[in-house]
Amino acid sequence: MPVITYREAVRHALAEELERDPNVVVMGEEVAQFNGAYKVTEGLLARFGPQRIVDTPISEAGFIGVGIGASMLGVRPVMELMFWSFYSVAFDQILNNAANVRYMSGGQIHCPIVIRGPANGGTNVGATHSHTPENVLANHPGVKVVVPSTPADAKGLLKSAIRDNDPVFFLENTMLYGEKGEVPAGEHVVPLGLADVKRAGTDLTIVTYGRSVLHSLAAAEVLEREHRISTEVLDLRTIRPLDFDSVLKSVAKTHRVLIVEEQKPFASVGSQLAYMIQREAFDELDGPIHRLATVDAPAIYSPPVEVEQLPNPRRVLQAALETLA
Amino acid sequence: MSKKPTAKEASPPSAPDHAQAPVNARLTPEDRVELFRKMVRIRRFEERSLRAYQAKKIGGFLHLYIGQEAVAVGCCSLMGPNDHVITAYRDHGHAIAVGMDPKPLMAELYGKATGCSKGKGGSMHYFDPSRNFWGGHGIVGGQIPLGAGLAYGLKYKGLKGAAMAFMGDGAVNQGAVHEAYNLASLWNLPVVFVIENNGYSMGTSQARSSAGELAQRAAGYDMQWGQCSGHDVYEVRAMMDKFLTLARETGKPSTVEIDTYRYRGHSVADPDNTYRSKQEIEEYRRTRDPIQLFQDKLLAEGVLTPALAEQIDTEARAEADVAADFSEASPFPTPADIQTDVYWEADNPADRRSQGRLFFT
Ligand SMILES: Cc1ncc(C[n+]2csc(CCOP(=O)(O)OP(=O)(O)O)c2C)c(N)n1
Ligand SMILES: [Mg+2]
Repeated sequence: MPVITYREAVRHALAEELERDPNVVVMGEEVAQFNGAYKVTEGLLARFGPQRIVDTPISEAGFIGVGIGASMLGVRPVMELMFWSFYSVAFDQILNNAANVRYMSGGQIHCPIVIRGPANGGTNVGATHSHTPENVLANHPGVKVVVPSTPADAKGLLKSAIRDNDPVFFLENTMLYGEKGEVPAGEHVVPLGLADVKRAGTDLTIVTYGRSVLHSLAAAEVLEREHRISTEVLDLRTIRPLDFDSVLKSVAKTHRVLIVEEQKPFASVGSQLAYMIQREAFDELDGPIHRLATVDAPAIYSPPVEVEQLPNPRRVLQAALETLA
Repeated sequence: MSKKPTAKEASPPSAPDHAQAPVNARLTPEDRVELFRKMVRIRRFEERSLRAYQAKKIGGFLHLYIGQEAVAVGCCSLMGPNDHVITAYRDHGHAIAVGMDPKPLMAELYGKATGCSKGKGGSMHYFDPSRNFWGGHGIVGGQIPLGAGLAYGLKYKGLKGAAMAFMGDGAVNQGAVHEAYNLASLWNLPVVFVIENNGYSMGTSQARSSAGELAQRAAGYDMQWGQCSGHDVYEVRAMMDKFLTLARETGKPSTVEIDTYRYRGHSVADPDNTYRSKQEIEEYRRTRDPIQLFQDKLLAEGVLTPALAEQIDTEARAEADVAADFSEASPFPTPADIQTDVYWEADNPADRRSQGRLFFT
């Protein structure tokens, strides 16, 4: 199987879907001529031309609104946000218009738009550029939220997202763009709403997603080697819809749960998960659910300290040991 | 308390006769009567809805369009098969103007399952994509990028048509509107931005909210623009025909500011005495009521007779009553309906591809 980067995997998904469906349009700042701020869309302009690969001005509310309006007429825009952090200036378009228009029209309209881009900390760009809004997005019924951790998932999930008839928000990670992995060439589709056991184990379940999957896998390695603890790492992959059955299955196996998320703790994805686990698997739990989140402050700039603000293998390891204590 | 500075006096005798504009000159007598009938139907529908509101049959806001009828009717009467409309929350007039049936419109106000949005949208959120009517939007200015997006869709699909994106005079100060202006002009999107300037955004006059002329801002985006009176349906049609044709034929966007006036408060529950005088409202009613003006014109043209005008009015009142009766008799949605029409996939389970939980408790 070919080994490619996460960045290439996203690009392959875009190219294949552009090829498959003439209604797919890629739009965003610097996506065409500049080849993408993070080079995700590199080469697409040359291959598909300016009708399909569209550079926009720095005008997130405007161009995302245009994408939503066009999607109501059957265009399938895949919008790139240079950073998901910039969703705030398009909040009304994303979460009033895209999220609500189906409902408010009594189901007469659907809005097959994808908004994608990186949403992560860890690159020393400070608080304005380090938002991880998956909890905020998923708080809005009507939308779907995807956070892939591996190249294969990135490709397979993006293809599903583009084919989906609901608005799908696809949160990538600049720290993962260069990560490599095996990715099937050609048609490789991962359904939304299906979690994946990235490592099987029996003593502890780590429920996680996005880059935290990598940290959790690294910590699981140490737990096995140095503490003889067998850790199951469950990658949610999609936040909404949520594959909660897989969470329940894993909890029933290990009876101990740690949630790891690159999220501010208050009303996070983990908050929701912890509520659901205690509600639906109370009798399976041998101890309180633990959570490791981002340290609760705006994203700090200072490079070595930012590492400590976010989940990292050392922090996951410590949290895992506390969960089992 | 001053009337908005741009309000024009009734057309001076030297003004062009908009009835002679080709788009109007070619109207048959039946077409003309139909324009008149649409305006009357809107007004009677809204008066009936006001009574229902006062009888506590309707929740939330009720933004009446009374006084502005010639704008929606004039604009929407020009729609071809690939022309589209999107507007803000003062949307009843546009809905009737595009041909929606008043029964589901009234039922929507009543919050009934037979409403045009199944009781899920309310007064501000009417939709009918089958008539190219894309709402009905509650956030001031938020619909304008969507209007540019409809034009983008037309262009992308190679269809010859235009989108009309309506907004109020207060909306022109929203950033999203300016972003849409820029994109529309930059990308040559066939959209006509229509500013319905009724002089006030809620209780704030144009003079207290907007620097400079409203339509003229389009020039900053290299867009053509125009201004006209919205009290004369012929004038609205003449002006809009020009810009819709520009959009359809050349793909170029434009901005049209249409001078109009609302007789009622911002929403019917709002006080209406803090920012304008009763005399001002009375003056407009007396001298520039769009329905009265058009009735006088059609009587003079010999197209309408007093008896026919009377009959149209009676029918419009009856239609509004029927709509209210229909609404009254209709069922409310059930609590189970709360969670339908949220996700396309949930509503089309046979075609669902995703897995996992879509809803949470
Ligand atoms: C973003 C936003 N801000 C404020 C409001 C509250 N609001 C609703 S309508 C309105 C006045 C808008 O006036 P205008 O655009 O002139 O339209 P008109 O009501 O005259 O039709 C205000 C302040 C809102 N709905 N959305
Ligand atoms: Mg106004």
